[in-house]
Amino acid sequence: MTDTELRQAGDSAPAAPGGPARTPSRKLNGSRRRTFGPDTTKGTIAKIVLLGLVDAVAVYVLMMLFLSQSWGALAVSAVVVAAINWIYLRKGGLPAKYLAPGVLFLLVFQVFVVLFSGYIAFTNYGDGHNSTKDDAIAAIQLTAQKRVPDSPAYKAAVLSKDGSFYLLFTDPDGRTSLGSTGTPLEQVSGAGTDSTGKANALAGYRTLNFQEIVANQQQILGITVPVSADPADGTLRTADGSSAYQFKPALEYDADAGTFTDTDTGSVYRDNGKGAFATDSGETLTTGWKIDVGMENFARAFTDPSLRGPLLGVILWTFTFAVASVALTFALGLFLAITFNREDLRGKKIYRILMILPYAFPAFLSGLVWSGILNPQFGWLNQTLLGGATIGWLTDPVLAKISVLVVNLWLGFPYMFLVCTGALQSLPTELDEAARMDGAGPWRVFRSIKLPLLLVSIAPLLISSFAFNFNNFNVIFMLTGGGPRFADTDRDIGATDILITLVYKVAFGQGTGRDYGLASALAIIIFIIVATVSAISFKQTKALEEVNS
Amino acid sequence: MKVQNTLTNGTSRRVFTAGAISVVAALALSACGGAAATAPATATAKPDLKASGASTITMWVDAERSPALKDITAKFQADTGIAVKLVVKDFAAVRDDFITQVPTGKGPDLIVGPHDWVGKFVQNGVIAPVELGDKKAGFQDSAVKAMTYNGSVYGVPYAIENIALLRNTDLVPQSAKTLDEVIANGKKAVADGKAKFPFLVGMDPKQGDPYHLYPLQSSMGSEVFGKAADGGYDPKQLLIGDAAGVAFAKKLAAWGDAGEKIINSNITGDIAKEKFLAGESPYYLTGPWNVPDVQKKGIKFAVDELPTAGDKPAQPFIGVNGFFISAKSANALATNEFVTNYLTTEAAQDSMYKAGGRPPALKASFEKAASDPVVAAFGKIGAAGVPMPAIPEMSAVWADWGATELALIKGQGDPAADWAKMAASIKAKIAG
Repeated sequence: MTDTELRQAGDSAPAAPGGPARTPSRKLNGSRRRTFGPDTTKGTIAKIVLLGLVDAVAVYVLMMLFLSQSWGALAVSAVVVAAINWIYLRKGGLPAKYLAPGVLFLLVFQVFVVLFSGYIAFTNYGDGHNSTKDDAIAAIQLTAQKRVPDSPAYKAAVLSKDGSFYLLFTDPDGRTSLGSTGTPLEQVSGAGTDSTGKANALAGYRTLNFQEIVANQQQILGITVPVSADPADGTLRTADGSSAYQFKPALEYDADAGTFTDTDTGSVYRDNGKGAFATDSGETLTTGWKIDVGMENFARAFTDPSLRGPLLGVILWTFTFAVASVALTFALGLFLAITFNREDLRGKKIYRILMILPYAFPAFLSGLVWSGILNPQFGWLNQTLLGGATIGWLTDPVLAKISVLVVNLWLGFPYMFLVCTGALQSLPTELDEAARMDGAGPWRVFRSIKLPLLLVSIAPLLISSFAFNFNNFNVIFMLTGGGPRFADTDRDIGATDILITLVYKVAFGQGTGRDYGLASALAIIIFIIVATVSAISFKQTKALEEVNS
Repeated sequence: MKVQNTLTNGTSRRVFTAGAISVVAALALSACGGAAATAPATATAKPDLKASGASTITMWVDAERSPALKDITAKFQADTGIAVKLVVKDFAAVRDDFITQVPTGKGPDLIVGPHDWVGKFVQNGVIAPVELGDKKAGFQDSAVKAMTYNGSVYGVPYAIENIALLRNTDLVPQSAKTLDEVIANGKKAVADGKAKFPFLVGMDPKQGDPYHLYPLQSSMGSEVFGKAADGGYDPKQLLIGDAAGVAFAKKLAAWGDAGEKIINSNITGDIAKEKFLAGESPYYLTGPWNVPDVQKKGIKFAVDELPTAGDKPAQPFIGVNGFFISAKSANALATNEFVTNYLTTEAAQDSMYKAGGRPPALKASFEKAASDPVVAAFGKIGAAGVPMPAIPEMSAVWADWGATELALIKGQGDPAADWAKMAASIKAKIAG
């Protein structure tokens, strides 16, 4: 038995996912550049049909992008389509043919998303800062239009003359008047009326039907008819083409100065540089816009008093949770794997199936079920097993942490059991025999031979398990929701919150409104932590391999 | 060598085919995205509408409300040729999706939801005001009041919801006015061995349930926010920490786990319902959404007025469902026509009640629905209610409010000190 053989045995498990792509490229690198003969007819037909399908879809997408005038997306799509055709039509370049689809998916679903959330981390995107400044100004102007108190409700009809639109109004007393944006309200007589007494026709003008009104809605919605020479009377507008009301803006926008002025109090709202309009005394208008804020979100993560205190505790608990989860599940999984790996055990298959069951349930479902089981008064654990005790499994800070770990152990050990069983079975039995011949006891065999060999293949899985548990949102959120809450913060953060649930609460939580910018910044911090830990651990794993070789 | 060659050739073809299939899939995926975005332009209508791209109205609804709108949208299409496309969305995510998608121009023209979304919608600049004109008078006052924000009406109301006290008439035959009487009746039923719990109200194990407990709080004169001059809630006047609030906090501790055990922090919404359905409690503080199951179970029940814990009337929060128009609707005129002239009609509100079972907001429709005594009783209680605050500052209140109430119910901490701390914390959050 040589070390090389052992290494291969150990190598085989983690190599599986990257396998298909790697094998041929190695072959190519190994041999001289191969010339490709003409494809067989079948191959050529398959190529033409599949590439034709791709291109047909691509042309459709490109056309749609062209029509919607999304030039950026159009350029990117065109380049991608050209690249795909080039890759699959040229001879050779086999690795590219393998990798193209995967790389495409990677770019769309991973790289783009990561870059985008990276960008968000440097903005104040969130509630109240939802869109562009222009949108915010438009929205403020829209909501600032108030109906003039005690003003009459008018019925309205839309007329046209020489290509411009007019509104024909009927007030509650039956008087009719006509006006448009440039032409103030003017009494008219002799208008034709419909059965409800609403004026709907006037000599010299054409009456629009509903379809025509809808077709020209942007112009018609833009009509503002001054009620009188006094601007305080406001303007008449229609929203539906059949009724009109007198509106007056509560805030007036000065496009040159870029300010809003309150028409009642005269206070002026200016761009305060933080993505909102504010007066000098600090009164802000509710609707703001998204701006770049540089490193502010990162600074806030560490300086905001309501976040700083709990953040340290949360980071510590996140590490505890992730490390303890990996250690516990690995210990139990390995123990069970060794126990059930005995050749002479009867009913081994049934035991194994039973063991894997928790793995088969979705984690968020199990979390909910366990939160019911652990209810202090009505939960099955207290009521049936502990004879009516009222232990706050999820409501006491320390017990809640233990409960979370236990439930996660229950959820996670089958995975470790599976991979350990697989790795154990790949270990040659001769090793075992040889060690016993040399007089080693079972514990010695396990500690000095089996465990080191197992670790070579399983260590990378432990690292990925750490990364998974570091961000194990489902268990925490469904079981405790992060609670019980800390008393020393006004944010909704609790004893079992890990970083990812904290981020979720910041981004979507009810506590302070949504804050995507801060949440993205926290997500980047999490990424840095996980990446660092993983990088160090992988280095250690390499050392492990070298020790064995 | 010959053998080797055929082998690699075969491999390369397989590789190519697999790769090409993946690429087809990738492009098909992106094509679906593109197609979905452009689909609204292809409905049936008169040619001039098609040309202007205004032949459809897109509305986001949840699965429960969608069937209720079928009739009225069909009528609108028959009258105007404009199709109303109902897009069924997950209710839990629809509010945030609307806020993120409206600015991109890909959002819907209309959305259905409860009125307390309005504050957040306005804060994010995603909805437009609706002028109801004379039609306002046809709606119940409380419904229009709930839809009014900063002095403008933002939605057309269609249903009102509020909680009431369900009483199992087999266990307690007579109604009661005050909470003390309710507790006494409940305890007597327990003492007689007819019930196990004197009173039931569901508590979220993490957040408590300030919504269900609010009538008790308001009956002691404690409110969350004061009113501004225009009748809306004023975020600058946070009243929750006043003396009446502290008095309520003390009561809460007295009702809780360490006191009379009337309000039990371990009883979740599900457990409360289960116990009432099992006939184990005479009282259940809940909303109309749980009534169908109670009726199905065959439990004889009455809808009682909310019991008072103080000398003021017990005012529940009312939730008003309604329709909101996107600020960036490309088809705003037709959408306004549909909302103000179709959804406000008696026929529309009747059919929505028939399909959804929520008490209508239109007076005429409500009167018809009130032939059902349960609807009438809930409606009578709702008329005395106050709208759930829609101001964005309210979202800073819930978490602290719930957690503090829950802690007090569990008998932890000092009521006066904790309540004051909660008020200070909410104030700090509102100040930003």
